[in-house]
Amino acid sequence: MRLIIPLAITFTSGMIMILNFFIPHQPFALLGDNLQEWYMIVASGAIFLGAANLLHVHFRKIRLKLKNWKYSPVTIVGFLVMIILGLFYGVTENLPFDYLFMNMVAPMGATMFSLLAFFVASAAFRAFRASNWRATLLLTSAFLVMLGQVPIGAMIWDKIPLAKVWLMAIPNTAGQRAVMIGAAMGVVATSLRMIFGIERSYLGGAD
Amino acid sequence: MNWEIVGIWLGAIVTLLLYSFLYRDNPFYKFAEHLFVGMSAGYWVIYSIFNVLIPNWWQNMFPPDGGFNWIWVIPGLFAMFMLARMVPKIAGLSRLALGMIVGTGAGLNMLTFFQSNALAQVKGTIFSVATGGVWSVFSSLVLVVGVVSGLVYFFFSKAHTGFTGKTANLGITILMVAFGASFGYTIMARLSLLIGRCTFLLEDWLPTIPRLLGIGG
Amino acid sequence: MADIFTKIGNLDRRIIFVLIALSVIIPILTDLIIPNIVGAEPSRDLFEFVDSLPPGSNVIISFDYDPSTMPELQPMAEAVVRHLFEKGHKIIGMALWPQGAALGQDAMSSLSDSLGKEQYQDWVNLGYKTGGGVMIVRLGTSMRAIFPTDRDNVPWSEIPMLQGINNLDDIQLVISLSAGDPGIIAWVMMAGDRYDIPIGGGCTAVSAPQLYTYLQTEQMVGLLGGLKGAADYETLVGIDNGQAIRGMSPQSVAHIAIMLFIIIGNVAYFMQKKRGGAR
Repeated sequence: MRLIIPLAITFTSGMIMILNFFIPHQPFALLGDNLQEWYMIVASGAIFLGAANLLHVHFRKIRLKLKNWKYSPVTIVGFLVMIILGLFYGVTENLPFDYLFMNMVAPMGATMFSLLAFFVASAAFRAFRASNWRATLLLTSAFLVMLGQVPIGAMIWDKIPLAKVWLMAIPNTAGQRAVMIGAAMGVVATSLRMIFGIERSYLGGAD
Repeated sequence: MNWEIVGIWLGAIVTLLLYSFLYRDNPFYKFAEHLFVGMSAGYWVIYSIFNVLIPNWWQNMFPPDGGFNWIWVIPGLFAMFMLARMVPKIAGLSRLALGMIVGTGAGLNMLTFFQSNALAQVKGTIFSVATGGVWSVFSSLVLVVGVVSGLVYFFFSKAHTGFTGKTANLGITILMVAFGASFGYTIMARLSLLIGRCTFLLEDWLPTIPRLLGIGG
Repeated sequence: MADIFTKIGNLDRRIIFVLIALSVIIPILTDLIIPNIVGAEPSRDLFEFVDSLPPGSNVIISFDYDPSTMPELQPMAEAVVRHLFEKGHKIIGMALWPQGAALGQDAMSSLSDSLGKEQYQDWVNLGYKTGGGVMIVRLGTSMRAIFPTDRDNVPWSEIPMLQGINNLDDIQLVISLSAGDPGIIAWVMMAGDRYDIPIGGGCTAVSAPQLYTYLQTEQMVGLLGGLKGAADYETLVGIDNGQAIRGMSPQSVAHIAIMLFIIIGNVAYFMQKKRGGAR
């Protein structure tokens, strides 16, 4: 019983979007336009939910003195500093909020992902084995792409970049397309299941 | 106070704190990691307020030239229902908001994925035009055979034996080439990020040290 | 001899980290420049499409990335913005990712000053909106409904270059610089296929292989894939010492280093296996 209203909302929202696609005239145009604008507002609610959950998790860690609890105040202080500066100064360039973003958040984000370069090199050294002919084919394809993408490849042999262009345009496109079509069928099936209320896992856990 | 140099030093310090993880996990890394999580979350919230909630909700509900559009209470209410998930007694209200989000997304994605990622791709395969010459014809054949055999590999309703099995095997071969290309590009992507950080440290940060020490011109 | 291959196979990963770091640091410190050559790449297709647009065309640049992918996408953003300004096109900046709005502002405002362009006459930053693909669909019917103001809260009606623009039909090209989802794929599906708007893109190298499928079907007019794509566009636009072009030298050396690691790792593995099999 408690699921009937959410499922009805899911069905109605889904059908409005589908009908809006095929019948872009009134009243479906108005319904679709409003739903699309409302979607943005409600999706923002998810961002606030994420922030509230972050604070809840870290306050709980401090209260119960869980593992690494001494770092939780750092997260909370960082969050509050950005909130206070943002509310006071706004998001305009060169003011404190934007300054902290460009000089702290941006470098930290870039650095976190750049760590992967080291781990990918280490993993490639330890685990990438040409143990059968298919793995060798994968390795050869990877080497061709890696050489073709950089100027050194053309210096070694001027046909390497051409071979890379062909490899990306033909066999890579073929393989990626097969995956893409299969995934698209999966999305269609799952979306239909969600709209008709067969798939309900997204509603679980909130009792 | 030269805020530009202060900014460069802030960036360099947090970069080096995070890179200390490469030696081993340590308190400096944990400090920087937790700081990043908190500041990023704060950033997202502020941007949602200034770029979405105020112009697209508040100013629609209370237009600058006066009045009140009651209809905009509905999305505001649904956004608050999302937050209800934090309160166990009223957490069920969040299902209403989730229903709207999921329904809208599912309705839209169903059609657009089918149109763009299925129909258009099938059409592109059928009409992969050989512009002339043996190589062009060969390439088109590889494309068509590759897509079909790749799809056969993902078709699990029939056992991969006999002709189906041979086609699926060919499909795996094409997929291996595609995954090799993905691996090569992934390596490139990760290295590019490292190059960006090293460039910052070597070309932006290091030159500030002699300036601060009063060395050099 | 067997010991060497075992030692190599069990090499401390921190040694690999140091070697990778050196393969990047040394080319940067020595200012090694390896000239970038642009072949028959999708980056050339995007460049030629922008070139073919009539002057004064309205082009949306969607900055759909965050600082973690700045090294690849920010050089692309600067090269594309420069090209569009030089051809006299109007740039409408926006973002599907919150941090993209600030990074796009950085690119557009710095180049606007140096190329004598004026905000609100030649470019505008509408900022970030949530919603991804759903938001893009609404842009197809009314852009003003989604962006009643720009990023700095200037109302749509007070921005001269936006007068006469109602929806995506008034846009001649969308370029999405994207690090993931929402990004290029959302633009292709919601704007390209639904409203027939030409879509170009720049993406991280991780996403590039998948997007080649859209190039072949002409759902995209061109693609800049990773740092190489950024370097290609800088070369074509005529940016001599661009960030991406300079990045290709350490990229080359690091690629060779990783290929050597893989080869050495395989040699050590097969020699260990052979010795193990001989016993």
